[in-house]
Amino acid sequence: MEAPQIGRSVHRKEGRAKVTGQALYVDDVAPAGLLHGVTVRSPTARGIIKGIHFHPTVDWDEFTIVTAADIPGVNRVKLILDDQPYLASDVVNHPEEPVLLIAHRDRARAEDARRRVTIDIEPLPAVFTIDDALARREIIWGEDNTFKRYRVNKGDVDAALAAAEIVVEGEYETGAQEQLYIEPNGMLAIADRAHGVTVWGSMQCPYYIHTALAALFGIPAQRIRVVQMETGGGFGGKEEYPSIIAGHTALLAWKSGRPVKMIYGRVEDMASTTKRHPSRTRHRTAVDRDGRLRAMDIDFIIDGGAYCTLSPVVLSRGTIHAAGPYSCPNVRVTGRAVATSAPPHGAFRGFGAPQSIFALERHMDRVAAAAGLSPEEFRRRNFISSGETLAVGQTIREPVNMPALLDRALALSHYREKRERFARENARGGKSRKGIGLASFMHGAGFTGSGEVHLRSLITVEVSREGAVRVLAASTEIGQGTNTIFSQIAADALGIDCDDIEVARPDTLDVPNSGPTVASRTCMVVGKLVETAARGIRHTLVDSGYLSVLYDREHFRAACERYVDAFGALRATSQYQPPSGVTWDDEQYVGDAYGTYAWAVYVAEVTVDLTTWETRVDDFVAVQEVGKVINPTLATGQIEGGVAQGIGWALYEDVVWREGRMANAQMTNYIMPTSMDLPSIRVYFEEVPYPNGPAGAKGIGELPMDGAAPAIFNAVADATGAHPTHLPLTPERLMSAMETIGA
Amino acid sequence: MPDRRSVRLTCTLNGRRLSLDAHPMARLLDVLRQQAGLTGTKEGCGEGECGACSVLLNGRLANSCLTPFAHADRATIVTIEGIASGDDLHAVQEAFLECGGAQCGICTPGIVLAAVDLLERTPHPTEHDVRAALAGNLCRCTGYMRIFDSVLEACRRLSASRA
Repeated sequence: MEAPQIGRSVHRKEGRAKVTGQALYVDDVAPAGLLHGVTVRSPTARGIIKGIHFHPTVDWDEFTIVTAADIPGVNRVKLILDDQPYLASDVVNHPEEPVLLIAHRDRARAEDARRRVTIDIEPLPAVFTIDDALARREIIWGEDNTFKRYRVNKGDVDAALAAAEIVVEGEYETGAQEQLYIEPNGMLAIADRAHGVTVWGSMQCPYYIHTALAALFGIPAQRIRVVQMETGGGFGGKEEYPSIIAGHTALLAWKSGRPVKMIYGRVEDMASTTKRHPSRTRHRTAVDRDGRLRAMDIDFIIDGGAYCTLSPVVLSRGTIHAAGPYSCPNVRVTGRAVATSAPPHGAFRGFGAPQSIFALERHMDRVAAAAGLSPEEFRRRNFISSGETLAVGQTIREPVNMPALLDRALALSHYREKRERFARENARGGKSRKGIGLASFMHGAGFTGSGEVHLRSLITVEVSREGAVRVLAASTEIGQGTNTIFSQIAADALGIDCDDIEVARPDTLDVPNSGPTVASRTCMVVGKLVETAARGIRHTLVDSGYLSVLYDREHFRAACERYVDAFGALRATSQYQPPSGVTWDDEQYVGDAYGTYAWAVYVAEVTVDLTTWETRVDDFVAVQEVGKVINPTLATGQIEGGVAQGIGWALYEDVVWREGRMANAQMTNYIMPTSMDLPSIRVYFEEVPYPNGPAGAKGIGELPMDGAAPAIFNAVADATGAHPTHLPLTPERLMSAMETIGA
Repeated sequence: MPDRRSVRLTCTLNGRRLSLDAHPMARLLDVLRQQAGLTGTKEGCGEGECGACSVLLNGRLANSCLTPFAHADRATIVTIEGIASGDDLHAVQEAFLECGGAQCGICTPGIVLAAVDLLERTPHPTEHDVRAALAGNLCRCTGYMRIFDSVLEACRRLSASRA
């Protein structure tokens, strides 16, 4: 038997290909006869298409041109409400909406031709803010500009607020955030009536694309093939939008009869594809003189952009996380996703939770102050414990020890000593101020509510006669470590080495649908299926008498050979079954919102420059409980990367909107953290095994996006005495926050 | 794309002398990827911000998306494909595997080149030196911490091999 692989920092499976430049991303392949596709987009936020003009100096016969009229099937992206067209035909509903596709063998000629098409649009009034959407002077979607509403209700909030000794109100806003994967979106397609449609590309969710293409072309699903190429980052940004790019590329291939590649430039990718939903959250919180929460009244609104896309599920996660890891007898959360005339906002690491958690954790510091308590003592008095119930009615069954996470985070960051010292030093004056702040939070792993039950994810493990093991799943490696952790999980379940496991490239021709690579579900949910199927193989070999209970690699290979010779094939399939006792009621919106949660306390230390109003993060401590850690190096990398994105979201990453269009869609003026901007990010794990995860693991990917922004804002408040509420906290915003307190 | 305005230039690419044909103002990035078939050099932004297209041009780190092909004339160019010696990885590449310096991998070729460049000029860098040397190479996955560890680990390995 091999030594356990789980818990070791096994090297990344595809690491060698990545560090040598051999890994193939979609733009690295170019089949013979290739055409390059480009997209002509709406110049206007909203209006009626009156005509499309092709500049007469171009010989258009050289180009393949696709409009909505060329679509063989349904011109709607299949997702939730199917309200978004692949190509606008009569009206446009946001800037950059795709209208027309062009392909040519010379990429530069295709690019030039794009600029020589004019779309005439008669403008209609548009809606650019959450307030305007709510005001309903202009109805741009449905009856009331609202994609989805949720209401969570526990106890009697109105009575508790009326009886309260202390009530604290606050309003918080977050801006859009660009995922900014370093590899822009791209697809390659070959398609014709005889062979069906095949696409290769950069993606998180092969089967989302598979389903979407079948509807777009109106052909049977078995004639669609989707293959993931090496993917240069996703963070949610390659969850739903790649279905559109795959569709466009395949439409051009279908019409031209040639392979077509479509690679987005950076500006096009930033301006046209999804971003994190902007949000506004209002809190009214009642607390008693002992600093115990009595009521939380939360109004959470996200801006979904022009089409529904994933907004209902983003809203759901944000709504459920809005009341945080606290025990409160009376909670009301009203969640709404509204329509504006911006490109649709979509999935981005955290999926609504970072927005509502930012508001809550900034607000909790203000409630603590009103109750006369320190931020840490106030939280300690209100943390949820095992056996208590969240606002959605979920009773926490697993052990949870938020006070222990808090103590460890405070000790590692020297929080108390620094808080006192900074207060003394700040009082002496000078050109900068220092502060330290914290956030405590949780993040649910897996799809929300009944999502996993509906997905019914499937994976297969197959073993060759030579004992080579392949894991077949549609779960994608996008940098987070899917290939490596699946290998570790399968290796331990089979008692062999990681190097003897191959994780198949996601190709819908080969792999079953293990669901999308989203929602912190790959390790916990799909990894558990890998563990179950691999154990099934081992039991099969042992039960058939070919393998003894203790064995080595050679015994394993011999057993596989004998089994395959006798029975023809050795494979096991595993399908998701909800853990016993986990239930969710979609109608009432109550129950076990997630199988389990990861728990965390983050501490940020900052310096604010009083001349420039720049904020710098000097130190960052991230303490979390994520169940068993499968691969410490990969897990640490997940946390560090998520914290870095959180720091960017908090301080630097400001999407500037002009009439629904991103005005700074370049890396030159949309600023993400560089190696010079980040503090040491110090990561610590508590490991409490979760019985329903593989080897006890929970989800991890989204959690670190939740805590950095509120911890930083609370540290800035500690440093300056200001009450910053609007994210990102650019120098301009901090300066105006300081002016409101008369500093 | 060789056309009427193409010029033929000779350079040393990953230790091999060769001639390439392209428009003098073509981006070196495109010439490397399309004419030379070296797709390890990546395009992230096309405007010199992200560093995914970094190559070593005459021993200096350069953004190949901003470098005209004309600058390749009689130049020595090293891309990611020229860093390992056959199957033997460079110490920087080994350290990236060991320390988790690569995640999605798209920035990795450029960052490996930036690290090789740093360690050639500064064999014993401080963490600040590492941060400054990588400031032109954006990574969205790692938060840079594993990359700093990787570069410092590579420095230890190189020192040990020199000792």
